[in-house]
Amino acid sequence: MCVKSTPSSVNVGVDASGQPKIAGVPTSLNPFDEFAVEESVRLKERVAGSTATAITVGNDAAAEVLREAIARGMDAGVHVSGAEFDGGDSFATSLALSAAIKKLHGEKPVSLVIFGKNTSDIGGGVVGTQTAAWLDWASASAVKKIDAIDEKSVTVLRNMEDGADTLKLALPACVATVKEINEPRLPSLKGKMASKKAVFPKWGAAELGLQAGQVGAAGAGSTVVKAALPPARPAGLKIEGATAAEKATKLVDILVERKLI
Amino acid sequence: MANILAVAIPQRGALGPASYELLGAGRVLADALKLPLNAAVVGANAKALAADIGARGAEKTYAVEHPSLANFTEEAYAKAVAAAVAAAGATRVILPSSVAGRALAARLAVLLKAGLATDVTEILPDGKVRRGYFSGNLVAEIEFKTPVAVLTVAPMTFPRAEAKGAANVQDVSFDPGAAKSEFVSFAAEASREIDLGAAEKVVAGGFGLGGPDGFKAVFDLAHALGAAVGASRRAVDSGWIPYRHQVGLTGRMVRPKLYIAVGISGQIQHLAGMSNAGTIVAINTDKDCPLMQMASIAVQGEYAELLPSSPPRSRTARATPSPPSAHRPQRLRSVPSRGPAVRFVQDGERDGHVLRGRSGLTLADHPSRLANL
Repeated sequence: MCVKSTPSSVNVGVDASGQPKIAGVPTSLNPFDEFAVEESVRLKERVAGSTATAITVGNDAAAEVLREAIARGMDAGVHVSGAEFDGGDSFATSLALSAAIKKLHGEKPVSLVIFGKNTSDIGGGVVGTQTAAWLDWASASAVKKIDAIDEKSVTVLRNMEDGADTLKLALPACVATVKEINEPRLPSLKGKMASKKAVFPKWGAAELGLQAGQVGAAGAGSTVVKAALPPARPAGLKIEGATAAEKATKLVDILVERKLI
Repeated sequence: MANILAVAIPQRGALGPASYELLGAGRVLADALKLPLNAAVVGANAKALAADIGARGAEKTYAVEHPSLANFTEEAYAKAVAAAVAAAGATRVILPSSVAGRALAARLAVLLKAGLATDVTEILPDGKVRRGYFSGNLVAEIEFKTPVAVLTVAPMTFPRAEAKGAANVQDVSFDPGAAKSEFVSFAAEASREIDLGAAEKVVAGGFGLGGPDGFKAVFDLAHALGAAVGASRRAVDSGWIPYRHQVGLTGRMVRPKLYIAVGISGQIQHLAGMSNAGTIVAINTDKDCPLMQMASIAVQGEYAELLPSSPPRSRTARATPSPPSAHRPQRLRSVPSRGPAVRFVQDGERDGHVLRGRSGLTLADHPSRLANL
């Protein structure tokens, strides 16, 4: 499964160069990824003989999220790292992930790759599907349940705006989850011990068979030229009144006057 | 020649009015880049749907119709849209920010080797786009570096294009090939509530409702107003209302004209999902909570006392004894206030501090960031 190290706080400003001021902000496991980690561990427990590996793309500090994944019950981690990956967008990052998954798949067949809903920083919610597209594997997003799974296929429930779809995906496949899928457990003591000792292979673009120009800023399809604070909302009104009925009347009058109801 | 392609994705064989927003966004982008605007529809009944979409300002409308497109699967739909993009020679592809639209955009970006921007809220005159990130704390200005780019537009953000003239529909042949995903079944949401994503009005309830019974007042008000029902994370996690009603970072992003938050304190994760709403009304006992601070209109008080007296229907009956409409909430008319003159108090303290996070509300402040999702 794929994890990302994201700023612990999304409460960030803008620096002088017009980019998010994230230098010095502590990072941790993207909160949405906790559900994906938990689901991977549950699947591993469900399917005898299977193992769960976490992959992340990021700098040295990002390896900590692999440790967090181990603490939560995953077996191993792979750290895709190198200066060539800096500044990548979802397009470049998903290519790097797909190359790492391909490499793992060559060593021991990968059946299912699980992603979180989106990240708390960029939040496009597209990397899982893009990774599947690079791999030319089946995929589904907004998955709220991973049902029957065998060697050939997996049945998943996908949350749609108007209900739930049941889909059968040929394996290997990629799924992106929603929070409804499970309630993550806290790291166990045994897991924490294992995470301290864990060593992660570090793969750069060369190990993945990629050119430096294909990943990071050079391989990105889009770039954030400027970040800004959102426009402030106009000042609000406070409705005063002696009684609830009076306040309610005033509220309705204002909404009617503004043609909102 | 280069052109813009707005791609409508039917759900259960039908197109919602949100599809017209794709043409609205397409018009803005087409005017910015001085390129023609075309449309595409994919689905098992695409040809039947193409006339409606195509009449809304598209020069040509590409219909990709195939039985394998009866239900949404990512690979087949992505191939179908790619066929339309190829037929049109499009350089910008516009999709909705729905579950299907987002997945399609992701696949198309890879298929077309195209830059991608999701949840676009603004198209600039030079063709750059803006989208919120860092949970809505920042707005990114994005430039595409590729000749072809894919964008998904945030719902309720661009105008719904009006029908004018006739559609010029062109069929696109399409070979789905062997499918890796198989659609098995669909279970419709039991309730027939209005979908949050396309709602012009939302009434949302939070932990301040005190229990599942509190949502009855929220549903009543929503039904009276013709509004969708939203909820905060705490209300959902407490099991008072299903997850699909959750508004916020982990739930749905909404942008209604009117958002009424009842008993919602406004954790930053909730604000991320609704702070772009037009008018935000907060009803809460705590006048200092973030949502009351950022609201367009704040009413301090017990919801149980405020809501039953405020459903507008009874007032309407008194104010406008006109013939009632059978299928939509009655239009309301302002009446002179018989009580004391309405007094508005400007609150100088609030100007979006919380949204920008300067109040110190952060994910990291909580014992577990997860607890806030």
